[in-house]
Amino acid sequence: MQSYRLTHLQELEAEAIYVLREVASQFENPALLFSGGKDSIIVAHMARKAFWPAKIPFPLVHVDTGHNFPETIEFRDQYIKDIDATLIVGSVQKSIDEGKVIEEKGYSASRNILQTVTLLDTIEKNKFDCAMGGARRDEEKARAKERFFSHRDEFGQWDPKNQRPELWNIFNGKKNIGEHFRVFPISNWTEMDVWQYILQEKIQIPSIYLAHERDVFVRDGVIMSTTDFIQQRETEPTIRMKVRFRTIGDATCTGAVESDADTVEKVIEEVAAARTTERGTRSDDKRSEAAMEDRKKEGYF
Amino acid sequence: METNSYLDMELLRFSTAGSVDDGKSTLIGRLLYDSKSIFQDQYDAIEETSRRKGEENVNLALLTDGLRAEREQGITIDVAYRYFATPKRKFIIADTPGHIQYTRNMVTGSSTSNLSIILVDARHGVVEQTCRHTFISSLLGIPHVVFCVNKMDLVNYSEEVYLKIKNDLEAFSSKLNVKDIHFVPISALNGDNVVNKSENMDWYQGSSLMYLLENIHIGSDYNHIDCRFPVQYVIRPQSEKYHDYRGYAGRIAGGIFKPGDKVAVLPSGFTSSIKSIDIMDGSLSEAFAPMSVTITLDDDIDVSRGDMLVRDNNRPNINQDIDIMICWLNEKKMLLNGKYAVKHTSNDVRCIIKEVKYKININNLHRIEDDKEVNMNEIARISIRTTKPLLYDKYINNRFTGSLILIDEGTNETVGAGMII
Repeated sequence: MQSYRLTHLQELEAEAIYVLREVASQFENPALLFSGGKDSIIVAHMARKAFWPAKIPFPLVHVDTGHNFPETIEFRDQYIKDIDATLIVGSVQKSIDEGKVIEEKGYSASRNILQTVTLLDTIEKNKFDCAMGGARRDEEKARAKERFFSHRDEFGQWDPKNQRPELWNIFNGKKNIGEHFRVFPISNWTEMDVWQYILQEKIQIPSIYLAHERDVFVRDGVIMSTTDFIQQRETEPTIRMKVRFRTIGDATCTGAVESDADTVEKVIEEVAAARTTERGTRSDDKRSEAAMEDRKKEGYF
Repeated sequence: METNSYLDMELLRFSTAGSVDDGKSTLIGRLLYDSKSIFQDQYDAIEETSRRKGEENVNLALLTDGLRAEREQGITIDVAYRYFATPKRKFIIADTPGHIQYTRNMVTGSSTSNLSIILVDARHGVVEQTCRHTFISSLLGIPHVVFCVNKMDLVNYSEEVYLKIKNDLEAFSSKLNVKDIHFVPISALNGDNVVNKSENMDWYQGSSLMYLLENIHIGSDYNHIDCRFPVQYVIRPQSEKYHDYRGYAGRIAGGIFKPGDKVAVLPSGFTSSIKSIDIMDGSLSEAFAPMSVTITLDDDIDVSRGDMLVRDNNRPNINQDIDIMICWLNEKKMLLNGKYAVKHTSNDVRCIIKEVKYKININNLHRIEDDKEVNMNEIARISIRTTKPLLYDKYINNRFTGSLILIDEGTNETVGAGMII
């Protein structure tokens, strides 16, 4: 007799597709946040699956810090073209120019935290009532408390101690005018699941996820790419190393790891053997024990 | 871990419940630590915090307490989700707080679980909270329950103590609807029988907790008999190539569907046949719960979100007057004759609370018939009338089509979790 069972990746995919369709049904004007990072890529991939043969019924939104790895932007533009989707870009540079935020100064200056203002602005300007993203509960301890459907008040704030209970697979997206939702279709995925899914589905990803030769320098034990956006100290000489990135965020706060993994298969082996979390290379999380919780309360993803 | 073996793993969702200080967080920390799912930087961070707080050992509980308030107060406030994998299975843990005021969190965390781990302190045996957690597991229809008798190290690993507790648990559980029960004596702190078999309890012939988690048969946890397909979204590409395409997207809530099957569309009652079951990579020869697919029909009939495709000869209940067990989740008490919004499968309706039949004392399962005020964390049997008929099954037969939530129409908060009787 045939056994009717799904592998864990099939079950996770079925859950994510269900969430994506629920968003398209419950919200009038949703959007998918798309950074060109692997997590948002797999969400976009499943959005294609969820609505095939129709096009993805919502735009993709990139909150652009202006401090990108060029490979990510190239990838983003090609990807949008390939899947025939609509892209909306919210620019942090513009928020700075308009005086809405003030750029951090000093050696460890980053625009990562400024994204929140631009994100909330973009949501407001386009009247999005739901912003989906590729955040996962396993990434960070504050995110472990997050719901699939996460309510935000009119200021975009998250109230982690007073969240709506979420039962079975019934999602309550009801809200008042001016409020919105953040929805996380891949809440239950781990870094390993994402990589396995990329392999299984043969999904294209930006080249910097795979090992390559790069000019880097070391700061506080983290390997950083040399870029125009970071000021190197004299004690931080440029060196050439074979590296890859485990996460892709703002270039000023995303570190690389030394690696020989130049194929997805090799990345999976490396992830299986890894002894640090992927956000261990993110200096934005290291600012304090509750850094992520504090940013999320304000409206960060 | 082999690349290929990982592609053939199953998913097991479990929840953990225990009283305050039963060592629940320690157990989860132990499972993560012994299965090598804790990363060095996470371990370093909690080691540092433990040291700062002047604690003797590394406090594995700190791994699961994600919010600042939780770490400050040393308690778990909200359901936290944790993930780990072994070569056999991927696990999702819903870690639910054990405090009395947080029954709603346990109901929430348990609602999607295949398995429930209930911790019992070997020194205290079966206490009120144990009964409550067992009852909630049974009420939520969790197919498998594992009782972990914890802190065996503090009772000298005594078989006698363990057997007494096991007997008590068996007696209590026999009154409930739990299909599959297991018992394991453990010490979460020292790791006895958690991942590895304990050398301190050679009298115990059973398996370790991890062995159970990896091997319990979960293939029958979904209903593969009664065909239920709630239509979630209608796909109409309106493109040149797919001009006439009309697909019904949704997640199969029960049964097995195949092209050619005769189906009825409810509530209209029109019948048709399945033309194809589509996914982006092509068409399927069959699909079953809990897959997300798109179904096309041979006939052009009106089908929209909220409708349900079923087998013509196996239909769900269709009714406006429905009896449910409700767990109340909100500080504002439930209002008799009050009106609430209802979400059930892909349907949105409204309802009125017609009657509270009785409440249940969840510590001893006695019915309370003289006090019918339903407050937060209380469980009651009630009757509701909905604005239009729901297409449902009994909760014990199908968790997807037998569950609903009540929403306060003023605040939009989810206030009640209902299981249809």
